[in-house]
Amino acid sequence: MKIAVCVKQVPDSWAEKKMVNGLLDRENVDAVLNDLDEYAVEEALRIAEAHGGNEEGAPNSVTVISMGPDRATEAVRKALSMGANGAILVSDSALAGSDALATSSVLAKVIADGGYDIVICGTESTDARMSVVPAMISARLGWAQLTFASKVTVDPAGKVSITRVTEAGVDEISAAFPVVISVVEKINEPRYPSFKGIMAAKKKVIEQKDLAAVGVSAQSAWSQVNDATPRPPRASGIKVNDEGNGGQDLVNFLAEKKLI
Amino acid sequence: MSNVFILADFSGDKASKTTAELATAAARIGSVTAVVLAGAGKGAALAATVNQGPIANVLVIESDDFATHGVAASADALANLVKEKSPAAVLIASHAFGKEVAARVAVLTDSGVITDAVDVSADITATQLVFGGSTTVHSKVSHGTAIITVRPNSVEADFSASSPAIENALATISADAKKATVSSSQPPVKGGRPELTEANIVVSGGRGTDGNFAPVEAFADSLGAAVGASRAATDAGWYPHSHQVGQTGKTVSPQLYVACGISGAIQHRAGMQTSKTIIVVNKDPEAPIFDIADFGVVGDLFNVLPKATEGVVARTN
Ligand SMILES: Cc1cc2nc3c(=O)[nH]c(=O)nc-3n(C[C@H](O)[C@H](O)[C@H](O)COP(=O)(O)OP(=O)(O)OC[C@H]3O[C@@H](n4cnc5c(N)ncnc54)[C@H](O)[C@@H]3O)c2cc1C
Ligand SMILES: Nc1ncnc2c1ncn2[C@@H]1O[C@H](COP(=O)(O)O)[C@@H](O)[C@H]1O
Repeated sequence: MKIAVCVKQVPDSWAEKKMVNGLLDRENVDAVLNDLDEYAVEEALRIAEAHGGNEEGAPNSVTVISMGPDRATEAVRKALSMGANGAILVSDSALAGSDALATSSVLAKVIADGGYDIVICGTESTDARMSVVPAMISARLGWAQLTFASKVTVDPAGKVSITRVTEAGVDEISAAFPVVISVVEKINEPRYPSFKGIMAAKKKVIEQKDLAAVGVSAQSAWSQVNDATPRPPRASGIKVNDEGNGGQDLVNFLAEKKLI
Repeated sequence: MSNVFILADFSGDKASKTTAELATAAARIGSVTAVVLAGAGKGAALAATVNQGPIANVLVIESDDFATHGVAASADALANLVKEKSPAAVLIASHAFGKEVAARVAVLTDSGVITDAVDVSADITATQLVFGGSTTVHSKVSHGTAIITVRPNSVEADFSASSPAIENALATISADAKKATVSSSQPPVKGGRPELTEANIVVSGGRGTDGNFAPVEAFADSLGAAVGASRAATDAGWYPHSHQVGQTGKTVSPQLYVACGISGAIQHRAGMQTSKTIIVVNKDPEAPIFDIADFGVVGDLFNVLPKATEGVVARTN
């Protein structure tokens, strides 16, 4: 099986984020592999390992696909050090400021050209928090959408079944290859890259492509930010120590705020 | 006047409060048509419950493909309707299903999409709170129909009764949208409490409950609140996953959020920090959750909550 995993480099969740000219300032913050995408990498590796592995000569391969600036190679390298075989990174100055629609059209083209059976994504990027890219890729490719999976079962003959968990309940869904999957964080425990994995990743190939090499033209974002203003931080609140009266103090606060 | 679609949102077989919120926001833009996607033969009964908020028309599309083929089938039917009627905007509830439908409709209709709006104005400008609620962003779709998902509990709904004209439309669903097949569906178990994302008050418990949610539930019930949980509590199996609040759980924005025995990890805060008022009960005075609390009690939740419950009951009876 040919498996692709879509990963995004995002600002560290703890970093203070700022908007500059309507775009997230990505230059001046620490960047990491979107942690929800680690579950996608892990699941891809587990699927490969359950069906003959992904070492040289094995029947499966796991390719990391990412769109982002040059330095997204760091995030991609982390996925490689977990055990993926190789990577494609699409970087082009014309892609700065892309929205999810533009991102999904680039990723869909790379995926279509790679001839994959299974594409695995995270459910959300921790910066954009849209949860739309996997559904968009599925719609663009016309492939089955198997998203929000808490369990994935693969029959290498060409069928995938998932358990989908969302606010709407729990669904059992299946489809024939090729499929687009997104996985929730409950699905597995991502492995830490081993020393051996980190060393091996240094030698793995990250194929860097610009838009011309991918064969799509840049699409401008179809939504525009008019303005972005920091909100005043929450005024520091009242803090009381419970010396027997904490419960009553809480009730008094509720009453004062007319919440009861 | 321009025409605006909302995708009617249901809780069980009744239109949810969110439907009235979507209609309220949409009515600022133009005349509101609520689209109801229903199983064969089920449309009339569902449509009859879409009767709160400023809704002029209800368009019912019936097909069993919605249940059998999930998001993709629903998005296809809605997208074809959008292509046919060219509304100025489509407002959809911001949850996993709604966002994925929006994503596909945007692709299929060549339109821009904005997710997690907390407000939408008459000129179709969406307001979003980003970076954990620290920044307010105003944005606009600049191509095609504005596809916008709106967070439940953000827009103050006009619940006045309406009696929209009900029409039927045919479902057009492509073969590509039928490639995934749903073999079984289990709706979430509903207790007697309000739905998390719709509740005015949410009381949540974390690892500090040590598996005993009784004091959290009792306090919630005294306030008529929904019960939430941190991931530590859902992972331990103390509370169902569907109650998890946070980045990988639900995003809530109630009038009042009470965090009990929760430390305030960034992933938890991502799901609750836009709540209007935040109250914290935690025995560790250094817990980061106190940083965003309007009122904090440093104390043991097993002492504080029962007394608070008693106090609320005494006042409200
Ligand atoms: C990819 C990813 C996604 C995640 N998504 C989410 C998410 O959606 N939602 C979420 O909540 N977390 C999420 N997390 C987990 C998050 O990082 C924290 O681990 C989690 O929120 C901690 O839960 P907690 O606050 O209940 O537990 P802890 O951090 O252990 O805190 C327990 C608190 O209870 C207090 N306490 C203990 N006993 C008492 C008592 N008797 N009375 C009063 N206070 C007491 C302690 O002082 C402590 O502050 C995610 C993590 C990852 C990596
Ligand atoms: N620039 C990108 N490059 C590769 N994958 C991406 C990119 N953006 C989003 N994804 C994938 O889509 C998922 C959902 O992202 P989002 O829709 O932005 O919340 C992520 O978890 C990734 O798997």
